[in-house]
Amino acid sequence: MTGERPASTAAPQPVGGAPLAAADNKPVAAGSFAMPGEGSTTRISVITVAALFAVWWLATRLNWLPPLVLPSPEAVWGAFVAAWRGQLQGGTTLLEHFGWSFMRVFGAFLLACLTAIPVGLLMGVSRVARGIFDPPLEFYRPLPPLAYLPLVIIWFGIEEASKVVLIYLACFAPLAVAARAGVKSATIEQINAARSMGASFLQVVRHVVLPAALPDILTGMRIAIGFGWTTLVAAEMVAATAGLGQMVLNASNFLRTDIVVMGIIVIGIIAYLFDLLMRRVEAWLVPWKGRM
Amino acid sequence: MSTLDLKQVSVSFAARGGGVTQALTAVDLSMQSGDFVVAIGASGCGKTTLLNCIAGFLEPTEGAILLNGAPVTGPGAERGVVFQKHALLPWLNVTENVEFGLRMRNVPKPERRRVAASKLATVGLERFADYPVYQLSGGMQQRVGIARALASNPDVLLMDEPLGALDALTRESIQQTILKVWDAEQKIVFFITHDVEEALFLATELLVMSPSPGRIVHRYQLDFGRRFIEGMDARKVKSLPDFIQMREEVLALIHAPMQ
Repeated sequence: MTGERPASTAAPQPVGGAPLAAADNKPVAAGSFAMPGEGSTTRISVITVAALFAVWWLATRLNWLPPLVLPSPEAVWGAFVAAWRGQLQGGTTLLEHFGWSFMRVFGAFLLACLTAIPVGLLMGVSRVARGIFDPPLEFYRPLPPLAYLPLVIIWFGIEEASKVVLIYLACFAPLAVAARAGVKSATIEQINAARSMGASFLQVVRHVVLPAALPDILTGMRIAIGFGWTTLVAAEMVAATAGLGQMVLNASNFLRTDIVVMGIIVIGIIAYLFDLLMRRVEAWLVPWKGRM
Repeated sequence: MSTLDLKQVSVSFAARGGGVTQALTAVDLSMQSGDFVVAIGASGCGKTTLLNCIAGFLEPTEGAILLNGAPVTGPGAERGVVFQKHALLPWLNVTENVEFGLRMRNVPKPERRRVAASKLATVGLERFADYPVYQLSGGMQQRVGIARALASNPDVLLMDEPLGALDALTRESIQQTILKVWDAEQKIVFFITHDVEEALFLATELLVMSPSPGRIVHRYQLDFGRRFIEGMDARKVKSLPDFIQMREEVLALIHAPMQ
């Protein structure tokens, strides 16, 4: 923290709720020097998306690619409307597909949060827990879900359980790793300060280590839900009758690339919206992230 | 009246390659309420090791540390610590940081709030009670750190280069705050610094330490801080002829082993 007014004996200068730290000040003038990577990206992002869309539209319009390889935006929109009305694949509406996938992904994600975060935190604060959980976690973490999918089916059947388990496993590892790393976020000074104010070991964990780990845990949640969506299609390969992944798989069997592209865009948008929500949650829960 | 006694305190670490590093050798020290002991010396002279032993973060290899006659066995609320990097908890606001220790010991909320408000007034931050700590300047954060250490009403106040990271103006202003706190609360203060002027201005007893092995090479009894408390201007104290003479003498002592 530099460039701030020292808290000298003179009356403090900010009045009302005026922020004190330089980090809060907006750039004063255009052309003033900014930090690397600073500034709003909304406009640039909107232009990028519009440009991609225009290239897509142009490519199909001018028949650069046959419709089977790259369906036109109109065809994809048509697939969307048909799916919304339940006119595809035996009458399951898009909302129903979404509902099933949502339940699977968020059910598994919630279960993973409830188990992986405590396990990760435990690994961070306890030598014994780290010794127990480290080998299995680090062993299975890099395995592709498709590799152990057959085992999951044999163990958990072809009903919902195996789908949720597969997504759960995909979410578990990044959450546990993030929570474990988060434990290291509390500085030695913060922990020593709490101890020298009479805090017990459990109080240090509860009131210093856990809050300090929160930014890492939230980042882990963002990564985990991404893995969850990534694994969805694999999970819905298992005898699913509904679900966004199943819809895409089924369409690919009939070379309906318009539905495939539509499904991809729907999954992408849902995942992106959830990530935006998580960023809001982050700004609300850990406004101090990166500022101390 | 509290007393803090160090008897033949030594700390050694296992060094790389099998040897032993003597971080601190046979330190004897006797302090009582109202003493302001400042340790100064080059890096590696063991001053932070000494503070960590008193705080209970580190166990001496040999010797004993007695607070009011009872051996120190770990960190405790009767020894408040102010760190070089304030070590505040950014998810708590200023008041919540100051009352943290009281909350850990289940002091009722109205009492906690009362103590926090009074300690914030002591360090001149009463107007910032509800601010998030990450919005404060470095100097203000360090003032919160001091208020937090005072809130538990410790017998001993341990300060590990609390002003080391601050600019000169803020430094001088907080030095004066610290002297006023010391005068008003009559605690045992153990203070570490690199800055000779700061050491001379604050100390009633100055320990000049020297590295390898870490030890106390010289002790001075001083009263410059007392003169400030009695009304002399801080700058004037620091330009007194005996202050300047002392400064050069201590500087020579610190630099001696390096040449």
